[in-house]
Amino acid sequence: MEELSWGGILARMFIQLGPVWISLIVLFTVSMTYKRRLGLYGKLFDSTIGMIGFALVMFWVFVGVYGGPLDMLVTHDPLSQVSGMKNKIPGTPMRGAEEGEYAYFLLGGDNLARDVFSRLIKGAWVVVQIAPVATLFAFMVGITLGLPAGYYGGRLDTLLSFLANLILAFPVILLFYLLVTPEIVLTGIPNYMALFLFVFPLIFVCILLNSRYYTQPSVRTPLLIGVLGGLGWLYLSLVSSDGSVVATPTYSIPGLPAFLDLFDIDPGILVVFVSVVFVNSPTVFRIVRGLAMDIKTRDYVAAAQTRGEGPWYIMLWEILPNARGPLIVDFCLRIGYTTILLGTLGFFGLGLESESPDWGSTINAGRRLLALYPHAAIAPALALLTLVLGLNLLADGLREESLRD
Amino acid sequence: MGLFILRRLGVMVLTALCLTFVVFWLTNLYPNLEKLAKTQGNFRMSDEAVASYLGKNGYLQPMPVKFGQWLGVLPGWTLEDEGVVTGKCFGADTPEEDRRSFCGVIQGDWGFSTVFKDEVGSIVLTRLGLTGKLMFFVMLVMVPMALIIGVLAGMREGSKLDRSLSTFSIASTATPEYVSGVIFIAVFASSAFGLKWFKGSATSAMDSVTFENFTLPVVTIALYGMGYIARMTRASMTEVMTAQYIRTARLKGVKFSDIVLKHALRNALIAPFTVIMLQFPWLLNGVVIVETLFNYKGFGWLLVQAASNNDIELLLAVSVVSVIVVLVTQLISDIGYVYLNPRIRIA
Repeated sequence: MEELSWGGILARMFIQLGPVWISLIVLFTVSMTYKRRLGLYGKLFDSTIGMIGFALVMFWVFVGVYGGPLDMLVTHDPLSQVSGMKNKIPGTPMRGAEEGEYAYFLLGGDNLARDVFSRLIKGAWVVVQIAPVATLFAFMVGITLGLPAGYYGGRLDTLLSFLANLILAFPVILLFYLLVTPEIVLTGIPNYMALFLFVFPLIFVCILLNSRYYTQPSVRTPLLIGVLGGLGWLYLSLVSSDGSVVATPTYSIPGLPAFLDLFDIDPGILVVFVSVVFVNSPTVFRIVRGLAMDIKTRDYVAAAQTRGEGPWYIMLWEILPNARGPLIVDFCLRIGYTTILLGTLGFFGLGLESESPDWGSTINAGRRLLALYPHAAIAPALALLTLVLGLNLLADGLREESLRD
Repeated sequence: MGLFILRRLGVMVLTALCLTFVVFWLTNLYPNLEKLAKTQGNFRMSDEAVASYLGKNGYLQPMPVKFGQWLGVLPGWTLEDEGVVTGKCFGADTPEEDRRSFCGVIQGDWGFSTVFKDEVGSIVLTRLGLTGKLMFFVMLVMVPMALIIGVLAGMREGSKLDRSLSTFSIASTATPEYVSGVIFIAVFASSAFGLKWFKGSATSAMDSVTFENFTLPVVTIALYGMGYIARMTRASMTEVMTAQYIRTARLKGVKFSDIVLKHALRNALIAPFTVIMLQFPWLLNGVVIVETLFNYKGFGWLLVQAASNNDIELLLAVSVVSVIVVLVTQLISDIGYVYLNPRIRIA
């Protein structure tokens, strides 16, 4: 068989990504049709920049979801090495392809003779999985601490701001190099940090519901028991693995027993996750604090205070909803930043395993042979670029549309 | 103003102390010390051998004591073993009268690097000099470019020029250094595209900077930082352009170029100044990535070496330097903001 030309490669990739295109078209037609009823999300479809950004983001989300857990789009196994395919240029026919196997390495082979295209798609899943969730956790931490700091001010604010500035003054890469090492995983520090950081969503939801419904105990009590029970179970499953919360060679703190544990997280992933949340939350804290300080001088806050509402009700049900515009925009930007951070970690070979298909690790593996075989590093580099660009454009579109009214 | 600076300096020292203690604590955790002992000795050391090596070198003292010794507020450790006295501040062969009891950062003694087998102070200074060279060129490229793009985009809000320049700055903030660096090397320095304009490695730039070996690293760092500064400049420029005095100038019939250059520009450049100063800590990240990618052995490369080998004293010196850079730039940006903007007064 002959090598494919660039036209052939693009055409085959287009066909291979078919389900993604169909999903994108369906999503866009439905959203465009009902855009007047969809609030801020619908307004996004009035701005070209926002639409382009949204399309780029959703493209990678669909690629990640279809390629990752559903195992659709990939042409080859991302980890298996095929003899004779080492550093082959894009479009090389697979040597000794058997019946039913995909006959080409669409984007070539990397220096371990693995299919670059399939690794690219599997790598998208790593990002789509970690980045939004880590950003969400960072927002929970930042909101739960930033609202009282901005609303109460005083000593609490001074202390929390000092701590936030402390973390912000730390060069991110140094922090990663100190935190994301196998030695630190052994000491159990990431587990303690996970215990601390992951409890914030729980606190947040608990205060949110309690401040709203505490006047109606008959609603509040069952609601809180239900929600806290569910979230608490998730929390315990998240922080405990093999029946213990912290397990070091010398001691261990027991956690949820294994038969109740819903899922286990690989310690390498956990430390990456925790450090990304840790790095992001002080910035969110500062944004939320600033917004809270601004909004607390408004008349509707004064009205709520006169009504005799509690401070947490005012913070979570008066201030927070009115701060949503800037927060949503920052959320998009921050997912992009988290993606860049994940790539940085991979680039320095920290945390994730070296054979992991995530984009940062792939760029790191490919850069050594950049002068001769650039394709193995360029494909994930362009992927990361388009995803972050999409998120930035989306944030820009959202900002424009939310400023309009 | 004096009081404000004093208070800020106080907070700065406190922050630096807290951060160095965190670094100290993390690097001195037992698994890290074990790794250090094994890299210094051999990888098949038994647990007892590790413990005895660590004990002999003073690593097994309580954490606050060790930190005090590193700072120079507590006397360095001494150990007597079969009549031979060794210590933190002297070796067995140092004459009795030269033996100091304090040797720490306060005394100007930054310790000894276990990787480079040299004084930490001199290593850090050499590497900082190299990175300074890189930063100088980055600033030279980044700041004027960012300001020009920002001013041009903000001059006429919503115009075609504004749209395209804004999209460019968004794209540049979305391109981390390891992405743009890889693409630049592949396009401009590899045989795959045939454009061998520049070199893909900046190792030779450590001795002599040429256009060929320094362009790619400088452009790579500058590009990522540029977009953000340009967007801030644009925002401040659009705000200034809607001000009353600009309208007055237009009504008087002043030429558009004169309005931009003489009336708007000076006021529009206050905000970007702060942003440029605050960009320094971010550049540090870029420096680490780019120096690794282009194999330029500066401060960022040193950080990677120190951190991956758990070279405790070198790592501490590196973090002190980077923390001071961050805090000083924050201070300068605050003070500069007050000076540039007469509407802000700090009592």
